[in-house]
Amino acid sequence: MTTDRYDAVVIGAGHNGLVCAGYLANAGMRVLVCEASPAIGGMAAERRFGDGKQYSLPALAHLQFPVATTLREDLKLDSFGYSAGDPVETVTLARDSEPVILGAENVRGGTLGDADIAAYPDFSKRYREFAAALAPLFETKPPRLRNPAGGDRSTFMRLGWKVRFGLGRENMYEFLRVAAINVYDVLNEVFDDERLKAAIAFDAVIGNAMGPRTPGTVLAWLQRLHSERHGPPALSNGTLVAALARSAETAGAVIRPGCEIERIVVENGRATGVALAGGETLEAGIVVSGIDPRATFLRLVGAPQLDAMFANRVRQIRGAGVVGKLHLGLEGLPEFSGIDASQLRDRLLIAPSMRHIERAFNASKYGECSEHPVFEITVPSLADPSLAPEGRHVMSVNVAYLPFGLKGGWAENRSAVVRHLLAELESYAPGIASQVTDHELLSPADIERDYGAVEGHWHHGELSIHQSLMLRPLYGAAQYDTPVERLYLCSAGCHPGGGVTGLPGRNAAKRILEPGAVS
Amino acid sequence: MTGKSYDAIVIGAGHNGLTNAAFLARAGLRTLVLEKNHYTGGATVSRELHEGWKYSNCSYVCSLFRPEIYNALDLGRHGLKVIPLTASMTFKQDGDYFGSYHDPHARRRELMRHNLRDADAAVRFDADVMRWCRLIRGFLLRTPPDPGSFRPRDAFEFAYLLKKFYELSENQLYEFIRFFTMSIAEYLENYFEDETILAHYSGGSIIGTGLGVYSPGTAYVLLHHAMGDVDGNIGAWGFARGGMGAVSGAIASAFQAHGGELRNDAEVARILVSGNKAVGVRLTSGEELMARIVVSNLDARRTFTKIMDANDVPPSLLERARQFKIRGSSGKLNIALDGMPTFPALPDDSPLTLGHMHFTDTLERLERAYDDWKDDRWSADPYADTLIPSQYDPTLAPPGKHMMTVFVQYCPVEPDGGWTDEKRDRFGRTVIDQIADYSPDFKDLILHAEIRTPRELEDEVGLTEGNIFQGELTFDQLLFNRPFPGYAQYRGPVKGMYMCGSSTHPGGGVMGAPGTNAAREILRDLRRPDTTPEAFSDD
Repeated sequence: MTTDRYDAVVIGAGHNGLVCAGYLANAGMRVLVCEASPAIGGMAAERRFGDGKQYSLPALAHLQFPVATTLREDLKLDSFGYSAGDPVETVTLARDSEPVILGAENVRGGTLGDADIAAYPDFSKRYREFAAALAPLFETKPPRLRNPAGGDRSTFMRLGWKVRFGLGRENMYEFLRVAAINVYDVLNEVFDDERLKAAIAFDAVIGNAMGPRTPGTVLAWLQRLHSERHGPPALSNGTLVAALARSAETAGAVIRPGCEIERIVVENGRATGVALAGGETLEAGIVVSGIDPRATFLRLVGAPQLDAMFANRVRQIRGAGVVGKLHLGLEGLPEFSGIDASQLRDRLLIAPSMRHIERAFNASKYGECSEHPVFEITVPSLADPSLAPEGRHVMSVNVAYLPFGLKGGWAENRSAVVRHLLAELESYAPGIASQVTDHELLSPADIERDYGAVEGHWHHGELSIHQSLMLRPLYGAAQYDTPVERLYLCSAGCHPGGGVTGLPGRNAAKRILEPGAVS
Repeated sequence: MTGKSYDAIVIGAGHNGLTNAAFLARAGLRTLVLEKNHYTGGATVSRELHEGWKYSNCSYVCSLFRPEIYNALDLGRHGLKVIPLTASMTFKQDGDYFGSYHDPHARRRELMRHNLRDADAAVRFDADVMRWCRLIRGFLLRTPPDPGSFRPRDAFEFAYLLKKFYELSENQLYEFIRFFTMSIAEYLENYFEDETILAHYSGGSIIGTGLGVYSPGTAYVLLHHAMGDVDGNIGAWGFARGGMGAVSGAIASAFQAHGGELRNDAEVARILVSGNKAVGVRLTSGEELMARIVVSNLDARRTFTKIMDANDVPPSLLERARQFKIRGSSGKLNIALDGMPTFPALPDDSPLTLGHMHFTDTLERLERAYDDWKDDRWSADPYADTLIPSQYDPTLAPPGKHMMTVFVQYCPVEPDGGWTDEKRDRFGRTVIDQIADYSPDFKDLILHAEIRTPRELEDEVGLTEGNIFQGELTFDQLLFNRPFPGYAQYRGPVKGMYMCGSSTHPGGGVMGAPGTNAAREILRDLRRPDTTPEAFSDD
């Protein structure tokens, strides 16, 4: 039963799907965005919780970095109400001493030695330069290693030039030395203070099933630094998703929430449309999937439509989530030892040492929750009081490591885990447990259920070296096109990966709009 | 200034120092090798520490030794005989075992006994690993190009490597990158399902490393198993008749046959430098020996921080040497046995006792063993690579008696509070208890056991922090980064000074390649004819 025909159907109104839809619509295509849930935004959407759903906060992305200027300009996001939000610093807590504070350019506080304070700006600058050298790779489709096409050669040449001449000889040697190793050894070479090292290591590992000692964490961190170079982190304020949606709609795209797709219709190896859960079939010139590549291939396309080895390789994609999200509705502002109320507006970290993070990670390898987890905390209601009832506050906590495949199951252990997490928080913020009026824990299993990310993984797949660049999500589908003709990918599962950057969506749209790509 | 003068002095009579010296002597250089110990071979030795028994008390198998070097130095004529070691096995906790037999039919039947699909996957697996093996073997006897240089030679070498890689198809290129960057556990999970099979083939990839089976960068270590080349048996491990000392002994004999001079009990205190040029060495005894070429077989940390004057080393290089990652992670037990221990899990006369025996049958046990090391403890449930070579080499133990060598992963550089003899013995007991779980008469047969932790390896052999590879084999210390960026072509910071140990490309294992490559560079600088062999062409 055919009702309509679009040039492109985008599956999922997460921020990458919206970015891609915006670009395609601006290029004159008739675009439909189908979103399974009633609200748009995916992991960057708002979420309500509490007995009367009286608390509200960003679902998963409680921090955002300013999106790239090109993206902002191309989609005219500023004219649709986008603002980069209020910048915050990172405050790393301790039970019994002053916090260490990481700003954009410097570090201060705690028992930091002069050597660390002096080394930080240079270190930070150097790694930002490394990230910038990789920009030619991050801001376009990954080049193919053989049979280069459509700009691949120029990507290689620009990358080679930036690494060799952009960095200079000494920096190039250093870059080639550290690019593929772990962040643990690199930080131990440069710094002494455990909390400073842990705060940096946290950024390198968070979201992935990696500890500071896992090789490849420097590259994962560089991928993150690349998106950060557009500005300091800010509390997520929800304007990005709204601006993206308005931008796409203004260009003519139609966004349909509550529209679940059951499968992608493939005929003779070519995607011709989508079948909705209600039985309706929509014809489309192309289909672009903004959801997890594993779900795209195995659930929506189906293994029978794929080459057996390709389907097998899709199954081998690594990406079991290890981060949970704890939401607390509080009677008042919590009091953390060592910081004053104004610092609650910042990003708070509980990660006392790299060894602490590593041990927390160890447990997750065997399906156990960390005995002493790592926390990233924000209080969104301080920036936007409307998120909580008058006088109350809402606290948003990323918790690592909580494994997707918890031994004994999440349903059976949820309340014990919550009790454990509250007890841990209590030791940094005495009295917090008694302030809690409502709470909600999103385990990776819940994230999979509510946001469709397979195994609840933030990035739709580990950002390990063997799943990065031209191997992301897997070779044969790493240039945003797939073995199924006219089916494209645009989610965080693609290069350059997760974070609220919009780059996968933008790169995918550019790839689709290459001359001759779609007839 | 007193003492004799040489063309070249090599510091350290490890197998790489001797190999290097042999090629220099072969080119007609008056070459002297200085060794601090009274015995020759460094970590490639056979030692009689219990009367009647010979222990290869450091390295214990030689699979990687390059056949090109064996031929070029005619080591067969100098007494080296390598016996292929073709079986390996893992005991399971439930009383069963998995055996990887030399006979391909027996191996397939055994795979099928455990998992039918894995038996088919093994065909694909063997072919894939052999492809990477054939590709990489060609690079071992070549000097890595310097990415910071614009010399035609480096550009040419890069072009050569590129050309070699581009003989692969596009998908093979991607597979190759995956192979080099994945963890061994995840790589094997692309092929196999059975827990014991996964654990069995994973174990070898963590030997000597500060990494676990789930750490990215461990998959390619599989090549160490596949790259072996013993008497034309590609993929075989080998045992030198007479122990590992037979390897260093044969190379030393070849070196001396070319007129080289070897001195034991001669520890070098300082490399002498004059006018930014190496001119000789001073021994701890005060004696000075002059040479226009000085080659260090010591690890890179020791070379630059211990036997070179800080004023002769650029500060940035000194800093690199101090930060060189060389954490040890292995221990070793050498055991004299009153008879052959029995393993009730195995059928009578099973050939599996002839090969490597392991006692860790799940990936989780292997990974937990690594977690212990990260926290500076020895593994409570370690990976023990166990061999009883006296079964086929009668020179190692008296008739009817046996010698067992147990390589143990993991053992910390320094446990909490430092090593004591008591802690070392407790470490040893942990290993012995594990083996005894599978061999009830094992403990009663023990006549003598030498227990070695990283502390003993450093003190006796001079391997800093007890790292068996003279530096960890992670990406920051491989290829043109080994040992340091900008110093990967065997040349030191002053003229006439070179490095030839496993700290240099292509790294550890009794391979002989670093020593050979260094000799090639030295002879090139001296404009002498090259006496080193070229890599065999690919089959």
